[in-house]
Amino acid sequence: MFDFYFEIPHVIRLILQGLAVIMVIFPIAGACSMAERKVAAWIQDRPGPNRATVPWVAWIPFLGKFLQRLGVFHVMADGGKMMFKEDSLPGHVNKFYFVLAPIVAMIPALTTVVAVPFGAYFDAAGKLIPLGLAPLDIGMLAVFAVSSLGVYSAILAGWASNSKYPFLGSVRASAQLISYELSMTLAVLPVFLWVNAPGTEGTMGFARVVEFQSQPGFLGGMWFGFLMPISAFIFLVALFAETNRQPFDTVESESDLVGSFHTEYGAFKWGLFFVAEYSHMIVGSAVFMLLFGGGWNPLPWVSLATAVDILGTFLPFAHAPLFVGILSIAIFMGKVLAMIFFFMWVRWTLPRFRYDQVMKIGWQKLLPLSIANLLFYAIAIALIQK
Amino acid sequence: MAVITVERKPLTFLERTYLPQIAGGLKTTFKHLIAPKKTLEYPEQRPAIPVGYRGVPTLVKDPNGREKCVSCQLCEFVCPPKAIRITPGEIPADQADRAHVEKGPQAFDIDMLRCIYCGLCQEVCPEEAIFLQNQFSMSGYTRAEMVNDKDRLYELGGTLPDAHHKWDKKKTAEEHGNAH
Repeated sequence: MFDFYFEIPHVIRLILQGLAVIMVIFPIAGACSMAERKVAAWIQDRPGPNRATVPWVAWIPFLGKFLQRLGVFHVMADGGKMMFKEDSLPGHVNKFYFVLAPIVAMIPALTTVVAVPFGAYFDAAGKLIPLGLAPLDIGMLAVFAVSSLGVYSAILAGWASNSKYPFLGSVRASAQLISYELSMTLAVLPVFLWVNAPGTEGTMGFARVVEFQSQPGFLGGMWFGFLMPISAFIFLVALFAETNRQPFDTVESESDLVGSFHTEYGAFKWGLFFVAEYSHMIVGSAVFMLLFGGGWNPLPWVSLATAVDILGTFLPFAHAPLFVGILSIAIFMGKVLAMIFFFMWVRWTLPRFRYDQVMKIGWQKLLPLSIANLLFYAIAIALIQK
Repeated sequence: MAVITVERKPLTFLERTYLPQIAGGLKTTFKHLIAPKKTLEYPEQRPAIPVGYRGVPTLVKDPNGREKCVSCQLCEFVCPPKAIRITPGEIPADQADRAHVEKGPQAFDIDMLRCIYCGLCQEVCPEEAIFLQNQFSMSGYTRAEMVNDKDRLYELGGTLPDAHHKWDKKKTAEEHGNAH
């Protein structure tokens, strides 16, 4: 059925796949800004944005009204506004780096997606084939390496803005990102220590991590979030800090830094920073779900293979690779979106930490905790797997 | 006065981790997330106007549909921002049942750009002809649009119940002599 697709030259196929993924990530990042407004409104007992509509959608009797109430079209209104308003370039900035900064923000945010598998299917032999742009063996390393480049956009933007508060904001951003990167990396290590059991082929890829969480048995089907709760917790906290989300958004703290590094930005360049932030969140949530949340397995102790077998009892096409692929992507996207909802939920619950508190939590609390955690699991894994 | 020293308890370990507090906060916000919304969706849903609300000043007619204002200009004089401008005039000849009322306004303009909604005009009016009613939003594209003329004021005001029928009583008294 899809043979024609595999006859296209490999390079073009990769470009098509890449575009397809960007076409998904970019709108989701946009929709997240909408969801953020909606969640904020609901938590504050408001209905939220619900007015914008498009004529021919408004004519659909029930759905049109529902979509309008959900504020779906405000995404287009917001995006359209950013697209068409004047893209001003202040006179006092360093033009080249000023324009470069939002691009530098966007590139790592979208590049990290390459290493993240977002679904899987079973081939004819029943072997699990992960779906992803590049099934890299260095998965986790690639994500860490590229995503931390995002800090350069904050530094560039703050410095090129040639203005006091953006500069202070970018200094904060870089300090915060560096502080939490360390505990994040240390928190992830136990997972890979456990996955790279002696005698197996070494890998830093995500697919193997998910495979490890979909084994039969009580311990095999256990997600790493249950097996290594401290790791998951440290990773989650560090993720909040890395993506500059509340309660760690000292970078953007509007009351003391105006809008931080994007103060001087407007229109689409500002929008790019925004989309980059949400893309970071999406990729970060995806990584969290792959490492600690079971990836594309629907429930703890219920792996994708089991779920497909159960569905197969009443759906004749349940074992078709296409169906399994779509099912796994849907499950995974559902988890990632739930995670993003959690980000927003926390944002509208917690007040921001002071900058000194952020530093204190990072260096004096999380880092020792993650080192202790690593030591504990290193010894435990050495004893179990010897 | 006795000074009571309140002992500040040291935080427990759990409290210092801050996690139970976060969980509690998340619970509270989640309750609000699913709770019914507390806001009005304004143009469709209007707030209930409390009794005694001072909205846009209007002129009212009596239950027989007759103009109540007698153009005494007290409101014009009392108006602190000088928003009211009245041109007094005679009662038109075709209104025979009002002929005993000496005057009526020929023109009655309230400049809503000046009005401060203080309600002194309503308070001072001996005829109960001017009322600050429930309308709370006034908008226009030009300054001229923001001046309410007599027709507009009556349109906004409508008719309010009136127990006195002061001028009818006066007329009867004039025609039949005083009762006492």
